[in-house]
Amino acid sequence: MKVLIAKPGLDGHDRGAKVVAQALRDAGVEVVYTGLKRTPDEIVQAAIQEDVDVVGLSVLSGAHLLLARRVLDGLRDNGAGDIAVIVGGTIPPRDVDELRALGVRRVFPMGTQLPEIVKAFKELPG
Amino acid sequence: MKELKANAGFPIEPVYGPEDLAGVDVDRDIGRPGEYPFTRGIHKHMYRDRVWTMRQYIGFGTPVETNARFKYLMAHGQDALNVAFDLPTQLGLDSDDPRSEGEVGRVGMAIDTLADMEDAFAGIPLDRVSVSLTINGMAAPITAMYYAVAEKQGAAADRVVTTPQNDILKEFVARGTWVYPVDPSLRLVGDLIEFSARHYPRANPVSVCGYHIREAGCTTAQEMAYGLAIAAAYVELMLARGIAVDDFAPRISFNFTAWGKIFEEVAKFRAGRRLYARMLRERFKAANPKSWMFRSLIGGGGSAFTVQEPENNIVRGAYIALASALAGAQTMALPTYDEAYTIPSPKAQLIALRTMQICAEESGAADTVDPLAGSYYVEALTNAMEKQIATELAHVERMGGIVEAIRSGAIQAEVARQAYLFEQRIASGEIPKVAVNCHVGDKPAEADREIELYSFDAKVAEAQLARLERTRAGRDGRAVHAALGRLRDEARGGGNLMYPIMDAVKAYATLGEIARAMRDVFGEHKEAVKL
Repeated sequence: MKVLIAKPGLDGHDRGAKVVAQALRDAGVEVVYTGLKRTPDEIVQAAIQEDVDVVGLSVLSGAHLLLARRVLDGLRDNGAGDIAVIVGGTIPPRDVDELRALGVRRVFPMGTQLPEIVKAFKELPG
Repeated sequence: MKELKANAGFPIEPVYGPEDLAGVDVDRDIGRPGEYPFTRGIHKHMYRDRVWTMRQYIGFGTPVETNARFKYLMAHGQDALNVAFDLPTQLGLDSDDPRSEGEVGRVGMAIDTLADMEDAFAGIPLDRVSVSLTINGMAAPITAMYYAVAEKQGAAADRVVTTPQNDILKEFVARGTWVYPVDPSLRLVGDLIEFSARHYPRANPVSVCGYHIREAGCTTAQEMAYGLAIAAAYVELMLARGIAVDDFAPRISFNFTAWGKIFEEVAKFRAGRRLYARMLRERFKAANPKSWMFRSLIGGGGSAFTVQEPENNIVRGAYIALASALAGAQTMALPTYDEAYTIPSPKAQLIALRTMQICAEESGAADTVDPLAGSYYVEALTNAMEKQIATELAHVERMGGIVEAIRSGAIQAEVARQAYLFEQRIASGEIPKVAVNCHVGDKPAEADREIELYSFDAKVAEAQLARLERTRAGRDGRAVHAALGRLRDEARGGGNLMYPIMDAVKAYATLGEIARAMRDVFGEHKEAVKL
């Protein structure tokens, strides 16, 4: 499995993204990390070029709905709708269902334990 | 017996006694409050003369909305402000920039022009209220707007007390609101320090933050070590400009966390004050005792708070307040119990303010200076912490010094590694977290769906965009163009950029225009991504 961990938008908090990236790597997953402040389009292009199975978006600014929608649309428009998208960050409980309805496969709001996140990535059907 | 370790890594013994103080010279190492090396605090009588300043971090939506919340907190006894800006403002993007979509007014208030800053501080006398501005990459133009508002209010320059954070080095390590490459970013830091030292003598033009680096995952000792190393880098920056150390060092301030083990946190500050005093006096030859003082905002630490059973965070906040008081804070700020969910509600803000007031007025923690001094445990911890901080500082030197270690991404990689180790220790239960990994009952608590969430309104962005349009339409376009041209020229040259920035701000140039003028010359920072 190959994963792109990405930081979309303007938010500069990367603790969670880097922790998840390290945990996935230790679990034997190939991980690419984008660095901060990538546009949805840059993330879509990186996901396609790196030929990843999953994109993990980390958003702590509150702009997760807009950014997730942009990335999902971009993947679909580029014929890469099979790449699964996972979102983590400060996601209020009320937004979890909305993200799922957009097509986000799993949502990890604040407070999710690390082993649960790793397990979910590994269990994603290919 | 269970083995225990401090967050800094050294062991904690079950009992401490006189033997743990062997080698301590009381006069040399501990001294008296208000005297070198300030182990016991920077003031002789501390809170008996004046209790700590209470400064909750707040800002959201439009400047008008934020202004109303400022006044709400001040009406309840908060005596100073700490302003949050939205991400476009922190990154020098106007509210109508395509990259700002969805972010306008979300995590702080939106500022596009001087007109917004005028709204934000309407009815708040800037010669009487002290205001922290949590702004870094854009510290120069935002502080210029603040100074311009103060001037318009008729405040005397020597009565203006403001603390722009202006600590760009820690932004490269944590928090990420960098814009320009490291060298021009440092130039802007220096320009604001120099300009303020010259014209606004009571401003604190840099607040060195260990806080955000700790929030990003480093240890207590690293928080202090990196903070001290960054402070030293700013001192060297100013010395290289030919400015005498005593002309700016007295206005350097600090912002650090106090969450975690109470006694370790207190020891961190006691050791940090001692190390800072020695560094300024011995290494940088400062002669003014005010240059030796580690003045600090203490508190914060939202990463201590949990999503599970959020009311428990009120209790955690009280312990943070206690630790901050025992550590000798000059200013205190607490996270709010709902911080893991949302922009704080007025109720949560008020509880945080009341927590600090109860600590100050009722608990007795403010009755006497440095009440833990002389405790075998706390003095031994202070020494152990000093040793560990020195070890971390030596490690920074081996990485080529703090600026190089940040440029290469080495510090960022170390902080990320520590964050991962911390998370593993939470997962294993080695670091207990009540209602998260211990005392959880049958199953861990779910997120609280009843908590009052700040409902972000898309109308905020509409209002802000309309305001920006009106300001653009009403200004003298040629004056703006000329001011931005002068800024661009000066950026290519070597002069202090605060002067052309002040002119541009007063002509109602937008923050985005000012930032772009400098970006044309400086380019953008490329992050060294290392994992």
